[in-house]
Amino acid sequence: MADITLNDIIKPENLVYEKTRLMTDKELSYCPGCGHGTAHRITMEVIEELGLEEDTIGVAPVGCSVLAYEFMNIDMTQAAHGRAPAVATGIKRVWPDKIVFTYQGDGDLAAIGTAETIHACNRGEKIVIIFINNGIYGMTGGQMAPTTLPGMKSSTSPYGRDIETMGNPLKITELVAQLPGTYFVTRQAVHTPAAVRKAKKAIRKAFENQRDKKPGVSFVEIVSNCNSGWKMTPNDSNNWMVENMFPYYPMGDIKVDGVLVK
Amino acid sequence: MGELKLMKGNEAMAEAAIRAGADAYFGYPITPQSEVIEYLMAEKPYERTGMVVLQAESEVAAINMVYGAAGSGKRVMTSSSSPGVSLKQEGLSYIAGSELPCVYANVVRGGPGLGTIQPSQADYFQSVKGGGHGDYKQIVLAPASVQEMADFVKLGFELAFKYRIAVLILSDGVIGQMMEKVELFDQMPRLTDEEIKEKYPWATTGKAKGTERRIITSLDLDSLKMEKHNHHLQAKYKLIAENEVRFELFNCEDAEYVFVAYGSSARIAQKSVQLARRKGIKVGLLRLISLFPFPTKQIQALCDQGVKGFLAVEMSAGQMVEDVQLAVNGRAKVDHYGRFGGIVHSPEEVEKALEQKMIGG
Repeated sequence: MADITLNDIIKPENLVYEKTRLMTDKELSYCPGCGHGTAHRITMEVIEELGLEEDTIGVAPVGCSVLAYEFMNIDMTQAAHGRAPAVATGIKRVWPDKIVFTYQGDGDLAAIGTAETIHACNRGEKIVIIFINNGIYGMTGGQMAPTTLPGMKSSTSPYGRDIETMGNPLKITELVAQLPGTYFVTRQAVHTPAAVRKAKKAIRKAFENQRDKKPGVSFVEIVSNCNSGWKMTPNDSNNWMVENMFPYYPMGDIKVDGVLVK
Repeated sequence: MGELKLMKGNEAMAEAAIRAGADAYFGYPITPQSEVIEYLMAEKPYERTGMVVLQAESEVAAINMVYGAAGSGKRVMTSSSSPGVSLKQEGLSYIAGSELPCVYANVVRGGPGLGTIQPSQADYFQSVKGGGHGDYKQIVLAPASVQEMADFVKLGFELAFKYRIAVLILSDGVIGQMMEKVELFDQMPRLTDEEIKEKYPWATTGKAKGTERRIITSLDLDSLKMEKHNHHLQAKYKLIAENEVRFELFNCEDAEYVFVAYGSSARIAQKSVQLARRKGIKVGLLRLISLFPFPTKQIQALCDQGVKGFLAVEMSAGQMVEDVQLAVNGRAKVDHYGRFGGIVHSPEEVEKALEQKMIGG
């Protein structure tokens, strides 16, 4: 075996995996260990695999993924903080045959953009919403988010989130599932290979729904870690997520084909 | 001759949006401009031309729907009144930063705060000095008739796409609510999707394989690039200032005094010119049509001509008067007259103010 060189291995017939061409070569701005990169990748893989590259317009939020348009190699619009569902509504209404999606974090989608989220979902806009929930404001340095767990420490809840004075974490995914305008609502994660496969399947279903002109929003929450904001190693943060986030934000489909399943 | 109709200013604007080939209107009701969306909903433009009309959940959402649709190359419009336009300022700043074309109207009511539902011109500063955050301008057109409410929609879309900029139709409760005869321009076709892709290569219409993706954004974390972008914006505003000044002169040939006014105040001041002339006072009217760009050179020409005083007439505590002062630059007397907070001044009050502030003062 010793005489096999690298060039003998790099051959098309040996190719088992390649980077989707819908991710640019730009170095990701996310912290090592963060789930955003994986969520970006599987979203772009789905668009490529479904052959929707030329017909998709994405909407980037404000937050850690504000620069999503630097990494996603498709036409993109960057929205003001929380306004992505309204921006996506505007695009989809004038280009009804295009595929339109938003990619938003928890502060963007569930705090400042709550009205836009709920009303886009309630109107049944035929868009995909990908919602990354890591329970913290990562971009601005680890402040409390609408989804921060009770007792969880952040830079604006340094002694832990006090429910009495700071309110409860918002389960916005369960909330939008109740609205007649949502068609598919699911909660996923990307912390293990198995979870990534499931999440990708859910994202694929969401885009297929829109492609097939199914009525209403397809909403995919991805519970993710924020090792920097949580001040943990990537591994510890993923373990912490499984132990603490998943009980409050349980995995799985909530609404499928317009019918509540949970 | 185009079709003649008796219409409210707000209705004429809505009809003009359909006829100008607009692709969408996104709005939210507020007095005194709710007739715009009411007219559009009743008129079913989606059957006439395929135009989309959507009532948003807020003015904030409406302007962001405009942002999304405009970024994809479509002709889009919104409208509101003062408190609602304040809510739109965030989106308008993004539209300026991203250089998106759109038309929007402010049918101004008295403020501050919830104020009143009566007419006002107290949103001048917000309209011409930026309004939202950052260094930016928008083209501001001030209609003084129901006819212009219609015509400026068409003109607005032309200018918006020529410069990739927001065009504001700055109206007020008088012009929005009053009925006048209007000659409507003929229906213009909406652009086809293919025409949009060809004419507006910057728009997000889906990235064809092997082409560069299009990005609509106002963000650049590299400050040197952002400064360069700002220089580009300022150069564009300068070009607009040089080429898009619009105004009208009445009785200014021999004028010793000039009223400077726009919108319904200009209609009132025109009557005041007649009243003063009957008394032998040589007064004229400079009616501003574009507020940005401001007719600075024209005011300077009037100074050269020997005008002794300018009276800014506006339904505000004195906002446009500051731009008149800057243009006059000490070469003549400048003062302000106007009722505000929802009160409309009479031609007699304006004429009296001329005598007291300009001549007798």
